[in-house]
Amino acid sequence: MNIRVKNLCKKFGSFEAVKNVSFEIESGSLVALLGPSGSGKSTILRILAGLESADSGQIWFDDQEATDVHTRMRSIGFVFQHYALFRHLTVGENVAFGLTVRKVPKVQAMKKAHELLELVGLGGLEKRYPSQLSGGQRQRVALARALAPDPKMLLLDEPFGAVDAKVREELRQWLRRLHDEVGVTSIFVTHDQDEAFSVSDQVLVIHQGGLEQKGTPTDILDNPETEFVARFVGEVNVLSSMVRGGEANAGSLRARLEDAASDGPAHLVMRSYDLKFWREDPGIATVERVITLGDRVKVQAKVDGAGQLVAQFPRRSTLLKGIEPGVRIQIDVTQARIYPSFSLPPQVG
Amino acid sequence: MTVHGKPSRLGRMALIGIVLTYLGLILILPLLGLVRHTYEVGFGESFLALLDEAALDALLKTLYLIVIAVVVNAVVGTVGAISIVRHRFWGRSLLSAFFDLPLAVSPVMIGLGFVLLIGRGGLLEPLLQVLDLKVMFSFWGLTIGTLFVTLPFTMREVAYVLEEIGSQEEEAATTLGASPFQTFWRVTLPNIRFALGYGLLMTVARTVGEFGAVLVLGGSISGQTQTATTFIHDAIEERKLPAAYGMSLTLAALSICLLLGLEWAKKQRKLKLSGRHTP
Repeated sequence: MNIRVKNLCKKFGSFEAVKNVSFEIESGSLVALLGPSGSGKSTILRILAGLESADSGQIWFDDQEATDVHTRMRSIGFVFQHYALFRHLTVGENVAFGLTVRKVPKVQAMKKAHELLELVGLGGLEKRYPSQLSGGQRQRVALARALAPDPKMLLLDEPFGAVDAKVREELRQWLRRLHDEVGVTSIFVTHDQDEAFSVSDQVLVIHQGGLEQKGTPTDILDNPETEFVARFVGEVNVLSSMVRGGEANAGSLRARLEDAASDGPAHLVMRSYDLKFWREDPGIATVERVITLGDRVKVQAKVDGAGQLVAQFPRRSTLLKGIEPGVRIQIDVTQARIYPSFSLPPQVG
Repeated sequence: MTVHGKPSRLGRMALIGIVLTYLGLILILPLLGLVRHTYEVGFGESFLALLDEAALDALLKTLYLIVIAVVVNAVVGTVGAISIVRHRFWGRSLLSAFFDLPLAVSPVMIGLGFVLLIGRGGLLEPLLQVLDLKVMFSFWGLTIGTLFVTLPFTMREVAYVLEEIGSQEEEAATTLGASPFQTFWRVTLPNIRFALGYGLLMTVARTVGEFGAVLVLGGSISGQTQTATTFIHDAIEERKLPAAYGMSLTLAALSICLLLGLEWAKKQRKLKLSGRHTP
């Protein structure tokens, strides 16, 4: 189902949870609503489900206006962060619930429940109660339950937030495969950028109730439209700089800019993996710390006349040769972007 | 107490001893005294005295009141709890406080308040006259008094569990296409059933034991508005000791059954909240 949202607004008291959000989602895609906690992404999802009503704005499902349609008539499947399984019903009865309330005969409903449990890899657990399952299993039951009435779209609210890191990784890959198999339009909310980028076709970055950017994962990583997006996805360094003739200067650091930029003060934003360090005296910066993180090494350096920078290198990189605290280095910025300096205060990301 | 903050064996025994002594003084001794006095006048005679028409009538009145209190509180308590916990409306906290009123206000005072409202010269007296309804010193009076004092129990128990469980299961049911009616019967009610049972058992206990409100509003007229408790009171006044003992023991036996029932319901409710609760 194709989903279109126009000028959605929602206030809780005086707090603006959703500010004038508009977007369109293509039928059959898997979309992530990505943003920090409290950004309004869950509220947008709940409005799509009809669990909250918008103060203003409109929603269309397949060119049918759905703004005032009751939740139960929207043919959606909703997966809650804390599963919300019916604790007094067995796993099978949970999955069959959406069918039995529609007066589907019990035998038929249980047969479908069985098929769906097979699909999510939990065949044979029909007779168990939710309390007898692990977190990951419960979430898969919740998904099977949401899929049972053949919804036209699937909404998932922080679906993997309540399970531990290893299970979360498995569930992500599994969700992607399941989506490709079932093909239902799916939207999931997450504050985890890895999750958003590894699973979805499209990412909508939400910040302070507004839509910051919509695009494919690569789009958002490579062409962040706002400084917020640049800072939120991946580890970045932000320095106050002066732009002059297509080059940004922050203290002794110079960065060539690919896009045309007008002269004046701007925030210079550089990803930690878009920096190259090598030993050089006098150089332009001093190494302060070297931190080894498994397969990567982080190097923190202080640029003369500007702030700190953090760069990441593979553990065995030749670039790391001779890099140790106290030495002087030269820095090459392979890719940098600038944003108007009034947007956010500079800081090391 | 040891330095580790764990009570020593001696301290623990002293603590348990104090509690047991206290319970013994205020609960077990009086009960034993009752049994001993009943034994002195004779168990047979005591229970035969209950076959008296007035005594049977009083027991029956109490039984009727139990049935009415249970049915009304099951509905009002559940609807009240759902409205207060699940809905946001103007005057919600006032309504919530109102449900607790009977806990804070003496039943005798409320009885008096009702007398002033519906009795001779009261504000509602003309209305009741038009309806030809006699409330004071009638079964209606007993009913109103009982319903008033039992108001908080079911509602509080159900509200507590509704709050604990949260509304996600109900939201899930709605997204799965369940109507409000289906959601209530298939999701909400099964989740609150032990709390509801617990609240209703408390309601029964309160109905059986209530004295002040039923005395003021009912007047304890033998054969008409006398309940089991006011029967005991009147029997003592009239020095009919066997009947008073017999009735007291009957109520005590009923109370013990209720206590056992309450313990069971409490355990089930706890199981519901912890064992089956998603972490």
